[in-house]
Amino acid sequence: MAADAKRARRAMFTTMIVRALSRRRSRMLVALLAVTVGATMLTGLSAVVLGAPSQMGRELRSYGANLVVSGNISTSSLPSLDAAVASDDVVGRAPYRYAELKLNEQAVTAAGTDMESVQSVRPYWQVSGSYPTSGQVLLGRDLAATFGLKTGETISLAKVGADEAAAMTVAGILDTGGSEDSFVVLPLEDLDKLLGEEGKLDVVEYSIATSNLDAAAAKLAQAVPGASADPVKRLAKSENTVLNTLSSLLGIVAVVVLTLMLITVATTMLAVVTERRSEIGLKKAIGASHRELLREFLGEGVLLGIAGGVVGGILGLGFSQLVAMQVFARPIDVVWGLLPASILISAAVTVVASLWPVGRVLATDPAIVLREE
Amino acid sequence: MALLELRNVTRSYGELDALKNVDLSVEEGEWLSIMGPSGSGKTTMMNLIGCLDKPTSGEIWLDGTELSHLSGKALTKVRRNTIGLIFQKFHLVGHLTALENVMLAQYYHSLPDKQEALEALDRVGLAARASHLPSQLSGGEQQRVCIARALINYPKIVLADEPTGNLDEANEAVVLDFFSQLHAQGTTLIVVTHDPEVGRLGERQVNLAHGVIEKEVRHALACPLLPDQECATPEEPCDIRDLEKVMA
Repeated sequence: MAADAKRARRAMFTTMIVRALSRRRSRMLVALLAVTVGATMLTGLSAVVLGAPSQMGRELRSYGANLVVSGNISTSSLPSLDAAVASDDVVGRAPYRYAELKLNEQAVTAAGTDMESVQSVRPYWQVSGSYPTSGQVLLGRDLAATFGLKTGETISLAKVGADEAAAMTVAGILDTGGSEDSFVVLPLEDLDKLLGEEGKLDVVEYSIATSNLDAAAAKLAQAVPGASADPVKRLAKSENTVLNTLSSLLGIVAVVVLTLMLITVATTMLAVVTERRSEIGLKKAIGASHRELLREFLGEGVLLGIAGGVVGGILGLGFSQLVAMQVFARPIDVVWGLLPASILISAAVTVVASLWPVGRVLATDPAIVLREE
Repeated sequence: MALLELRNVTRSYGELDALKNVDLSVEEGEWLSIMGPSGSGKTTMMNLIGCLDKPTSGEIWLDGTELSHLSGKALTKVRRNTIGLIFQKFHLVGHLTALENVMLAQYYHSLPDKQEALEALDRVGLAARASHLPSQLSGGEQQRVCIARALINYPKIVLADEPTGNLDEANEAVVLDFFSQLHAQGTTLIVVTHDPEVGRLGERQVNLAHGVIEKEVRHALACPLLPDQECATPEEPCDIRDLEKVMA
C-alpha cells in the first residue's frame, strides 16, 4: 500500500515536471539552449584539454628524442627496454654506437645506427641523396666539405690501428646543424664489422609522447641492470611548459564558460520562475509546501540539465574533433567518459543556477492569487 | 463551538487597518455571503480565513485550532486539510489538464487518485473534458474544474472569492446551482461577492465597509420541499420530517 502510494506520488511528480517542460516549450527551449551551449563548450574544451597533451607531444616529437639510455647496454638489451615503455607512447627508438674510424687515413667520428628508426627519432635530419644501406654511408656536411666528397663517391673506412679498410659509397650528405655534420653515419651492422665486435651500444634514444617522462625514464633504467636513462632536459622542460600553458589556458576558458553557463542558466531560470509566480502562489494556496515546490523546480532543472548535458555532450565531442582537425590535422581520441560527466555537470549546474531564482520566487505570498482578482 | 470564529480580529498594513476589531462566527454547514465595495476588507478577510495571512491582533479559530500563532508551515497544513479555495479567475495550472489540476490538490494533500479525480470532474459535468488543457475550456468549465479541485479533499470549509465574477449568465447559474447542491449536502460555504443576487443565496450575509462589519442579514431560504413558498422560520432550521407530515 505504501509502495503504491509512493508510486502514485512519483508518477504525479514526473507528470508535473514533464508537462511543465514540454508544454511551456518556447521558454524552456531558451533554458535548454543555454545549458546545451554551455555543455557543448565544456565537453569540447575538456576533450581538447585531455587530448591535446598527446597530440602536442607527438607534434613536439619532431624536435627529436626526449629520453637517452646509456651505460651497460647492448643490442640484446633492446627487447627489455622496449618492453619497459608503452608501445603506443613510443614515437621512435634508435640505437647508436660511436667509434673513431679512419676516413681516407684521417681520424673521424663515426656513428652506427639503424637507418630506418633514426628517421623517426631524428626527423629533423636533412639528407641530400638517400639514407645508406649496407656498404654505404652518410657524410656530415662539414666533413664532406673538408674532404671534398660528394654523393656517389667511394671512400675507404677503417678501424683505427687496423691495416684493412673497407670501401664504402657515399649515399647522401647529412645536414643537421649540429655535431652530426662532422660525423660519418653508417648502418650499425657495418660499423660492428669494421670494429670486429658486434652488439655493443653506447646510447639508445627514445622519442616518447608521454606527460610523465621521468616515470618512463625510471622504468627504462630498471629494465636493464647497469643502464641509466635520462630525459633530455631542454626538450622535456620546453614541452612541459608548452603543455602546461595550453592546459592552464584551456582550464581558464573552461572555468569562464562554466561561470557564464551558470549566469545564463540562472538568468533564464529567473525569467522562467518569475513568470510562474502566480502558479507558485496558487500551489501554495492549495497546500503545497516550500519543500514540495523546491523539489518540483529542481526536478525541472535536473531534467533540463540532463537533456542539455546529453545534447551538449555529443555536440562537444564533435566540436573537439573539429578543433583537433583544424589544429593538429588529425582527430583526437574520443573520451566517452566525458558524456556522463557532461550530463552530471549540466544537471548540477542547472540545479545550482536554479536555487537562487527559485528560492527568490518561493517567497511569493500565496495570497497573490486573491490579490490578482 | 462554531466551525470558524473571528474574535476581535484586526489586520493592519502600516497605519491602515484593513480589518478592525471584527467578530464573526460561521457554523458548520452554513452558507455565508461576504459583501462590500472595493477596499472594504473582503480580500483581507478571505486571506485570514483561508490561512493565507495572519491577523495583527485578535484570534481566529478554525475547526478548534487557533490560527494566529501558527507558523507558515502549520498554516499550509491547515489550508491543505481544511480549506477548499475557489477563485474568480479560476487559477488553473496552464500546462496541466483538467484532470491533472484536480489531482494536483490531491498530490499536495496526500495521494493522487486518478479515479477519484475523474469522479470529481464527473460530478461537475466535465468527465469528458478531463484531458483538456485550461486554454481549451470555457470560463464556466474552468470554474467547474476549480470547484472540483477545491472539493476533492473533502474540505471542512469552502472559500469562494467572486466565483461567478468572470462567468456569463448561463455558467453563473450552473455554478450557483452546484453551490446549492453542496450546501444541501452540508458543506460550509463562504462566498465573497459583489453581486447582490449571489449574496442573497447565502443563509447569512455580512456587509463590510472600511474594515468593519457594517450590516449582517439573515436571508429567508427557499424550502427544499416547498420551493414556491417563503420560509416561515428563517431564524431557525426547521425539521424536514415535520414539513413532510404537513405535506402529507
